[in-house]
Amino acid sequence: MITTQKSARIGVYICHCGTNIAGALDVEQLTAFADKLPQVVLAKNYKYMCSDPGQDLVKKDIAEHGLDRVVVVACSPLLHEATFRKAAEDAGLNPFLVQMANIREQVAWVTRDKVDALEKAKAHVAAAARRVAQHEPLERKSVPITPRVLIVGGGIAGIEAALTLADADKEVILVEREPSIGGHMSMFDKTFPTLDCAACILTPKMTAVKSNPHIKLLTHSEVEKVDGAVGSYKVRVRRKARYISEENCVGCMACIDECVFPKPKFPNEYDQGLGLRKPVYLPFPQAVPPVPIIDPETCLQLSKGQCKQKCVEACGERQAVLLEQQDSIEEFEVGAIIVATGFKPFNPSVMPYYGYGTLPNVYTSLEIERLINAAGPTGGKLMLRDGSTPKRVVIVHCVGSRDKNYHTYCSKVCCMYSLKLAHLVKEKTEAEIFNCYIDIRTPGKGFEEFYNRVQNEGVHFIRGKVGDVSPVVSDNGQPTNMMTIQVDDTLLGKVRKIDADMVILAVGLEPQKDAEEVRRMFGISCSTEGFFLEKHPKLAPVNTANDGVFLAGVCQGVKDIPETVAQASAAAAKALALIDRGSIELEPNTAIIDEEHCSGCRVCNNLCPFEAIEYDEEKGVSRVIAELCKGCGTCVAACPAQAITGVHFTNNQIIAEIEGVLYDSAPPRKEAVSV
Amino acid sequence: MSDDSFEPKIVGFLCNWCSYTASDLAGTARMKYAPNVRIIRVMCSGRVDPTFLLKAFAMGADGVMIAGCHPGDCHYQQQNYKTMRRYAMIEQMLPQMGIERERVKLVWASAAEGQQLAEAIDELSEAVRKLGPLNWSRNWEENGGRIEALEAIVKEHEEALEVQS
Ligand SMILES: Cc1cc2nc3c(=O)[nH]c(=O)nc-3n(C[C@H](O)[C@H](O)[C@H](O)COP(=O)(O)OP(=O)(O)OC[C@H]3O[C@@H](n4cnc5c(N)ncnc54)[C@H](O)[C@@H]3O)c2cc1C
Ligand code: FES
Repeated sequence: MITTQKSARIGVYICHCGTNIAGALDVEQLTAFADKLPQVVLAKNYKYMCSDPGQDLVKKDIAEHGLDRVVVVACSPLLHEATFRKAAEDAGLNPFLVQMANIREQVAWVTRDKVDALEKAKAHVAAAARRVAQHEPLERKSVPITPRVLIVGGGIAGIEAALTLADADKEVILVEREPSIGGHMSMFDKTFPTLDCAACILTPKMTAVKSNPHIKLLTHSEVEKVDGAVGSYKVRVRRKARYISEENCVGCMACIDECVFPKPKFPNEYDQGLGLRKPVYLPFPQAVPPVPIIDPETCLQLSKGQCKQKCVEACGERQAVLLEQQDSIEEFEVGAIIVATGFKPFNPSVMPYYGYGTLPNVYTSLEIERLINAAGPTGGKLMLRDGSTPKRVVIVHCVGSRDKNYHTYCSKVCCMYSLKLAHLVKEKTEAEIFNCYIDIRTPGKGFEEFYNRVQNEGVHFIRGKVGDVSPVVSDNGQPTNMMTIQVDDTLLGKVRKIDADMVILAVGLEPQKDAEEVRRMFGISCSTEGFFLEKHPKLAPVNTANDGVFLAGVCQGVKDIPETVAQASAAAAKALALIDRGSIELEPNTAIIDEEHCSGCRVCNNLCPFEAIEYDEEKGVSRVIAELCKGCGTCVAACPAQAITGVHFTNNQIIAEIEGVLYDSAPPRKEAVSV
Repeated sequence: MSDDSFEPKIVGFLCNWCSYTASDLAGTARMKYAPNVRIIRVMCSGRVDPTFLLKAFAMGADGVMIAGCHPGDCHYQQQNYKTMRRYAMIEQMLPQMGIERERVKLVWASAAEGQQLAEAIDELSEAVRKLGPLNWSRNWEENGGRIEALEAIVKEHEEALEVQS
């Protein structure tokens, strides 16, 4: 159980990382300590090991001192392991003969006391040196990459990424769960700060997606299962029944006209329930694909089994209406995945004091977007529930955001869209407008200018959080259209009451309801507020910890359309860089079963979730299928005969590390003291 | 046992994907926590062979932390459930060998939970400090034949494992 030390010539390199490490512990003492460790030929420290001169130091010593093992004592291996492996490789050393000791993230930055830090760092250094002596040279295996990308979510993020990849002649599978692509952007009338018409800039992109031969667009579909790994993910997509054939439909809308319901009767989800639709409908005029869909819950034939099926008749010989249609499953192999599933607006009905859902003229911002949209349920006429034009409008900022009871984060886009709505509502109705804000946050290109413009248009700004919205009752006890809004004006230092006939709640952006399931399916993590976690907040903002899975848009964190588009282009470029290589090198840390020692007990067989262990009936032994093994090491830990080796995480290597971190503890045997 | 100058030595096995990343995050965010846990990276908490714990204790560790992704979040789908199963066994096994259960802790920390991991390290360090030094290997020495005894334990554990799975 005590690792025998193999002969090795180890070089130890300790990084100051400027003052990041050198300021937190004594690097000279650490170097002196490392120098005395067994098999260590030399120990040096340097300002920045990751810099070119730092790497050159290692390369030179490998040649001059015949080093056959290298320990770099610096930051996290998740950051720079690749750098130093490459440096070793350049100097002719197998890259797997390098080990890093993480003394920046795990010691220097987290330890209060300099002496404690030095002690902990020594343990990490001793562990790395003892481990590296046990390393074996390894070869990476190269596997081909499927040059195809799956994009999940067809909002502006998914659309932009799809078009970018298609521009590079790469195949894209774009999966959108709604009947049309477009996401939230397609619901807006204008976009801040330039007030571009959203449809004018988005619709051409949506139709380009549809007509691009490289893009396979699957709307009303969801990814059900993801298997495999970077380079060759196998994905299963469920295409939910639309009851109208996308292939046969010519978009004449005769089925909608002829539906047995003479008038639209059911709330249109896309209009936030403010407009009505028939059971067969097109969500909005610019929908892509321009193919209607039948809602099985309201369609008489599909829900009750009895209807004259006028739609089928109207479609005639095109036979595009398929009331018998079932869900279908399609499977694809892709090399990379971009997750662009966006957000959902915060639901303010959990805040009873704002009256949403009880007071008829309290709206969310998204509802107002629909009401002022020329293609919306009112044809762009902003009106109260009774059809009259609002005269006094209060916009409540930060609903659900910057609120410790809901979301503590700032949703970032609400200040700007509130200014936009203030401008648009004023333009359309000449109403008097009050923006009640906590802080106005307008950092962005042209944003402050837009704020100034809206201020100059005579919109009122009140600095304070709205505490209450209550209905005004007339003298004879009748309810009126008016409401009283109470706001604690922090500039005047008193509570103000404003009467208004319309309240707009600037709701924040939050993760999709199914974000948890989605992230599990794609093997990625969430940050605390529930948005998907990027690999590095600064340096790898579109990568995830799962190689080959990239992020774009608000699903990664709140952002506006320009930022979304920029990030989507970046995600597409990253995916392209990956799939365009043609092949990918896999880490060699798989498991290997030594058939000599395997007793065929099959304990390991059921432990593997990837079915990477097969049993050879004839020989009575188990075997690892290297292509399927992902290297978790669970079978290695479970083998009662120790017949399984976890490559690069062997028992010996880990035990050497245990011995190393405990170099200063009571040892059971003399040999171990020698460290 | 209570010795003011006692600084517990704890070996922490952290899975590469969530908890090791969490510890990096704690660093990046400059959260300060107890220096007692010395970290060893494994690809998955499922790699942690219970013999590693015995090895650590035999080498003089006063405590062990195993940290992995939250249940359902393991990078290898469900391997941390196997860790959980083993942990249940370890908890049974430790007292039989004269080691207090509280010296071993299984922690789940997602890649975003630097704070939680730091707190868990502080808590375990405090708990082990209260228990005092383990000196397991010395105890064996006093009894004589400690290496044989150790090996017997390893064997016993392997048998237990066989029954478990
Ligand atoms: C009221 C309001 C007004 C705004 N006004 C502006 C503005 O004027 N200017 C501006 O720059 N920004 C504005 N924004 C912000 C803007 O909406 C976002 O920046 C933008 O929509 C983000 O695009 P996205 O593609 O990331 O997400 P989304 O638009 O949310 O698109 C995500 C898409 O993914 C689909 N999807 C989700 N989950 C799945 C799944 N599991 N499988 C398949 N598909 C899935 C969804 O159906 C959706 O189509 C506003 C936001 C709000 C709430
Ligand atoms: S990878 Fe973290 S527990 Fe399995």
